Amino acid sequence: MHISEGVLTAPVLIGGAALTAAGTAVGLKKLDYDRIMTVSLLSAAFFVASLIHVPVGPGSVHLLLGGLLGLILGWGAFPAIVVALLLQAVFFQYGGMVVLGVNGLNIAGPAVLCGLVLARWLKGSRKERMAAGFLAGFCSMFLSALLMAGALFLSDQGFLRAAGLLLASHLPVMFIEGVITMFVVGFLARVQPEILSLDT
Amino acid sequence: MIEEPFAEGNTLFHRRDTRVKLIAAAAITLVLALTSSFLVASTGCILTGMLLALSRPTPSLLLRRIGSVNLFTLFLWLTLPLTYGGDKIVSFFFLDISLDGLRTAALITLKTNGILFCFLALLATSTVANLGHGLEKLGMPRKLAFLLLFSYRQLFVIHQEYQRLQRAARLRGFAPSNSLHTYRTYSYLFGMTLVKSWNRAERVHQAMILRGFNGRLIPLNQPQPCREDYLFLIGMLLISLLLAGIPFF
Repeated sequence: MHISEGVLTAPVLIGGAALTAAGTAVGLKKLDYDRIMTVSLLSAAFFVASLIHVPVGPGSVHLLLGGLLGLILGWGAFPAIVVALLLQAVFFQYGGMVVLGVNGLNIAGPAVLCGLVLARWLKGSRKERMAAGFLAGFCSMFLSALLMAGALFLSDQGFLRAAGLLLASHLPVMFIEGVITMFVVGFLARVQPEILSLDT
Repeated sequence: MIEEPFAEGNTLFHRRDTRVKLIAAAAITLVLALTSSFLVASTGCILTGMLLALSRPTPSLLLRRIGSVNLFTLFLWLTLPLTYGGDKIVSFFFLDISLDGLRTAALITLKTNGILFCFLALLATSTVANLGHGLEKLGMPRKLAFLLLFSYRQLFVIHQEYQRLQRAARLRGFAPSNSLHTYRTYSYLFGMTLVKSWNRAERVHQAMILRGFNGRLIPLNQPQPCREDYLFLIGMLLISLLLAGIPFF
């Protein structure tokens, strides 16, 4: 899911960094110190999700669950995801410092968007809640993959087909993300519903 | 397990002030990330490789990190020569290999690895706690620095919570497969991890309020950059200037 350092060109890197800085600033502004503890714990949980490998076909994929974080935190998911990505860069050298802007935008942008659009469905019936969960997982992953392919294409037109290949290879991951987010939302609604209505 | 294996050691790099290392790493990384010249990328790769050697990382771990980062470059090597297009095409048996594609893949590989070496030598030799405080002193918003330091602090705890739940599931005979049951189980495991994190956040917050927390984490050791740090910084900035200046000679 991460784009490595050294792949993108300057305009894409700068654009990504500017948008991520703006998104993070909005997210931070909406966060007061009473909620910051919760957000940092969820940021850590998001990091842990990326260490969970679930089987798909003969291989396995790791979870991302950006959509879930968006549902729970709304704008707060932006800084939470950027921080988790920074931690991943330091621990595993996935992504990096200069490309953090683009990666942050690719993952946090769709997560926040899906969260803001779909969060109102969480209060509906069980079916609506499941639909919101699935769509949040599926759509945020789809948009992330699309943005990633877009960033590659904007850097170098020659990337077009490689980026398309990358997008197609993420299709199964989108379904897994959707299904898992749906189940987690159902679980949280039963076990600790307050988590899902944090942002109201 | 989550670890910071490169942060242990006592080389020139481990002893430097974190702020100095952050600035140096940013300068070198920027030059390498923005270049499109082979000469700059390969010189940079060699120089940062030398820096990395000076920080004396554990070879087996180092190779594993380099390998995992290069999975993406491997993907580019496999796809770009066949899909890149361009004028210069060489036929190789039944495959059309694009020379431009090969060139792009090679350039990206050099840049990616140069930046990776720089990162490992300069930043992985500090702990995240030190990096967080360093970033805050360099002007990172306080709330963001807090988020970084605090999620770092809780990362290990939450990972252990998850592992404990996973172990419990395994003890009860859970074997992952391609089934809805597997996905549901993983969801519930992670959902439970979230619930536990949530409640932990509440408790930690209350405990910190009790101790007079006002939004600021104060590090116990607050080193000031010494003369060696400044010399080191000048050296690193010279390297990045040298790299940036190569195309003009």
